[in-house]
Amino acid sequence: MSTRGPGRSAFVALSAAIFKGFLRDRGAVFFSLVFPLMFLVLFGGIFTDQDQPKVEVIQVGEVALVDDLPEGADEAFSDTFDVTTSDDLDDALEQVRKGDADVALEQRGDELVAHYTQTEQVKAAITQGTLRAFVDATNVAELAAQTGAEPTYTFEAVAVEDDSLTAIQFVTPGLLGWAVAMSASFGAAATLQGWRQSKLLRRLQLSPVRTGTLVAARIAVTVIVALTQMAIFLGLGSAAFGLSLTGAWWMAVPVVVVGTLCFMSIGLLAGAIAKTTEGAVNMANFFVLPMAFLSGSFFPLDSAPAWLRAVSSVLPLRHLNDGMLDVMVRGESWTAALLPIAILGGFAVVVTFVAARLFRWETT
Amino acid sequence: MPAIVIDDLAKSYGDLSAVDGVSLEVAEGEFLGVLGPNGAGKTTLLEMVEGLRRPDRGTATVLGLPVWPRNAELLPRIGVQLQASSFFERLTAREQIRTFASLYSVPHAAADEWLERVGLVDKADTRVEDLSGGQGQRLSIACALVHDPDVVFLDEPTAALDPQARRNLWDLLSGLNDSGRTVVLTTHYMDEAEVLCDRVAIMDGGRVLRVDSPAALVRTLDAPARITVAPGAVGVEEAQGIAGVDDAHESVDGVVLSTRTPGRVLAVLAERERLDGVRVQAGTLEDVFLDLTGRAYRA
Ligand SMILES: Nc1ncnc2c1ncn2[C@@H]1O[C@H](COP(=O)(O)OP(=O)(O)OP(=O)(O)O)[C@@H](O)[C@H]1O
Ligand SMILES: [Mg+2]
Repeated sequence: MSTRGPGRSAFVALSAAIFKGFLRDRGAVFFSLVFPLMFLVLFGGIFTDQDQPKVEVIQVGEVALVDDLPEGADEAFSDTFDVTTSDDLDDALEQVRKGDADVALEQRGDELVAHYTQTEQVKAAITQGTLRAFVDATNVAELAAQTGAEPTYTFEAVAVEDDSLTAIQFVTPGLLGWAVAMSASFGAAATLQGWRQSKLLRRLQLSPVRTGTLVAARIAVTVIVALTQMAIFLGLGSAAFGLSLTGAWWMAVPVVVVGTLCFMSIGLLAGAIAKTTEGAVNMANFFVLPMAFLSGSFFPLDSAPAWLRAVSSVLPLRHLNDGMLDVMVRGESWTAALLPIAILGGFAVVVTFVAARLFRWETT
Repeated sequence: MPAIVIDDLAKSYGDLSAVDGVSLEVAEGEFLGVLGPNGAGKTTLLEMVEGLRRPDRGTATVLGLPVWPRNAELLPRIGVQLQASSFFERLTAREQIRTFASLYSVPHAAADEWLERVGLVDKADTRVEDLSGGQGQRLSIACALVHDPDVVFLDEPTAALDPQARRNLWDLLSGLNDSGRTVVLTTHYMDEAEVLCDRVAIMDGGRVLRVDSPAALVRTLDAPARITVAPGAVGVEEAQGIAGVDDAHESVDGVVLSTRTPGRVLAVLAERERLDGVRVQAGTLEDVFLDLTGRAYRA
């Protein structure tokens, strides 16, 4: 019996016990996995339909840009746009107004004019962004031809399709952030209350397990659950809804881990304030659900009023979502995740401290 | 060296003095019972000795080691069953005890053996939430003993048990004690205390009123024995005339004779062939308990 005492076996046993307890808690599994996935399927289903069709362009008269596209760009152009020609500008505008076509293009001298409606926001944005890119590309090519010099900047035709405009790309990180926030905070709140009420913590206090081992086991399980959520979201998003991840997406893993810690601390706070398990979970939900709306989990904040964006910047979920968006779909480098990680970590430390101050085991 | 030394322990909750200056020594291998009415302070005392509650005053050492602050060296050597059951949520009985076993680096096989010892093999795959009160209690006791501790604290271990389970647990506990372990338990069952305990501490109002072996306690009570014979077997007047009989009266069961010399009175009754339906009731621990703590309800 010389190997008595806490150690790896205690950590593994505690983690396994907590994990089994989680898997057998239908409510917890539903809220952390099934419920957010339902939203993903719902949102993904709605938005993928909208992404499929090309932008329908009516070309009115001669448009040099479209007719003499530089090499390589013509293919990309026809991937995005479906071009029909017409000589009647008024008729073309009428078609755009009625929604039969998306854009009417005409050339006035050196100016390229695109007529579109704002009712189809996504398509309008694609049109605007893409055409501007083509104009720039053509200018560069012309300049290069005139001066005979190699262009300093070359144009990569593939890049014209701006990923951030595809709905599934922002829906996935946002909903994932919400899912992680829910399961981490609910889990921590319910565990704290459950153990306090069942007196399990007092019994564990009388076993040779170190407090650190117990805390580590709880964190390990929550992090595993969060990473499972991430794998399912990204897997389903890519397989079914055309989600495509950008270069440094793996950096979202540490973002999710730190985000998990942050929301565990919020759950601890809820568990410390509330008197019952149900009360603790409701309290955690009371923190997380409004935060999800304000942090762009369900809809992008780009068009939200400035005050709302200001409010959201003090919410940890906003930083969790932004960190994931930056590296997973916006194509930013891995360093973009460092600030969100630091902010989330800071939240975790401060909130844990407050929760620890508020927490009472029971009367004395 | 005594296994447990308790020196002037005291604990108050606000104005209420739950434990008020208790000193006790428990020898190694001894079986100590703590008796007392509800709210006497038994659980509070036990929790201070286990190192779970910080005493306001006084000290406790177990196996020569101070119990407060939490002492990681001592913990593997003590086994504790708390009055309120304390389980991991949604685990089965087997998973539960295996988890506790792992906390003490005890192999699973030993844990499974304990399930058998407390008669829970049939319930091994039942979740703790679905166990009956007594089954949960037995599991909780098994979890306290799984790492083979030297000193065992049990807070009302037989509270919810049926008579069979209670007897089985008695066998198990006296077996533990026979192999040299020190056991401290609280109980409300006097028969249990008489059967199991080497010594009994009777508590009330946070104080220990008396500590002694059950037999010695009964002796010092000096309570008369009661002899009952079937109705009509002996007349009340005849009974009052027998030497050594303090009092005799008729009751629904027959004639009741109070005496401090039951042996001699029985001999006289036997001689006169007046023993029909005889029952003898000596003073019991319960009499001692009620005598010491009174009959009024406690808060
Ligand atoms: N956490 C607490 N806060 C306030 N008062 C308490 C607390 N725990 C116990 N008490 C009080 O201290 C007194 C002793 O309680 P304790 O639990 O030690 O009694 P006990 O002898 O174990 O009773 P029982 O036989 O009912 O288990 C009681 O009056 C109880 O109300
Ligand atoms: Mg008690």
